[in-house]
Amino acid sequence: MGKKKVEEINASSTADIAFLLLIFFLVTTTMSVDKGLSRRLPQPLPPNMEKQNMEVNKRNTFIVLLNSNNQLLVQGEVIDVKDLREKAKTFIKNEFNDPNLPRREEIDVEFFGKVEVTKDHIISLQNDRYTQYQAYIEVQNELVAAYNELRNEIAKEKFGMAYDALDEDHQKAIQKIYPQRISEAEPKNYGGKK
Amino acid sequence: MAKIRKKGGKDLPAISTASLPDIIFMLLFFFMTVTSMKEVTYMVTIRPPEATELQKLEKKTLVRYIYMGEPKREFQKAYGSETRIQLDDAFADINQLEEYVVRERSAMKEEDQNLLTISIKADKDTRMGIVTDVKQALRRAYALKINYAAVQRTEY
Repeated sequence: MGKKKVEEINASSTADIAFLLLIFFLVTTTMSVDKGLSRRLPQPLPPNMEKQNMEVNKRNTFIVLLNSNNQLLVQGEVIDVKDLREKAKTFIKNEFNDPNLPRREEIDVEFFGKVEVTKDHIISLQNDRYTQYQAYIEVQNELVAAYNELRNEIAKEKFGMAYDALDEDHQKAIQKIYPQRISEAEPKNYGGKK
Repeated sequence: MAKIRKKGGKDLPAISTASLPDIIFMLLFFFMTVTSMKEVTYMVTIRPPEATELQKLEKKTLVRYIYMGEPKREFQKAYGSETRIQLDDAFADINQLEEYVVRERSAMKEEDQNLLTISIKADKDTRMGIVTDVKQALRRAYALKINYAAVQRTEY
């Protein structure tokens, strides 16, 4: 019996098959990474409860109003969105214990010991139904940026690292010093009941 | 010298293509790992707003999307040019939103249910009225973790 040589399978078409697969994946997938501003909505109100007026001291609130022409009114003052960050930062920090800015209270924080923080401050954001989404996002962005900058500053000062680079416990401690307190008011019906 | 030239012969040997499939497979695997499947086909125009303090959305399985914007031209005849909401692959009404969230949540694994994140992908010219309505609906549905999709701003 003659030895039969097994014929090799022609592999030149694997490249084509692989190309087909490659093109399929290129078409059906997207490269984009989803990014965005993360926020947390407040708990829903029980259905048959009157809106309660929150007992917040006037000095503790930072009122941001955004009207239908995307104009910004902060603490009764018309400002540009670019100046909002600085304004929010001074408000949250209240470095010099200004009686018009939120009250500082001493609390115990890990790694830091006793710190005076403005833990009851609240940033209240209200917008109109005709406000442009981009303007709203910009305002949200500036407020989040204000918090991020403050947190970064204290992280650099204390640990010599950016806030994002810290581990969870350290981040928690800093969050205690600068708690993010942005409240979005219950939507108001302009022009009577719906 | 002359001898070598003579030895080289006239016809060049064909370049071996045996490694071509491997190279293509490598590319294929690269794309398979770095990309993700498209969620839906957009039926609304979305030009995302710009922001700087962005966070990455992690764990895609825990994220559901709500799209908002003007219907694309081919749908404008049927749906008009007012801002509409798109859920999955269809236009939806604001009343359907609560039900949608509840349905999506109950389809998730139990331990993941309270990690559900809703990503709001809205056009930057959307009016806040509809966004507020959506937010209220999400609150009623107890989907409190939300994310406003945005792109990195390159300049002021």
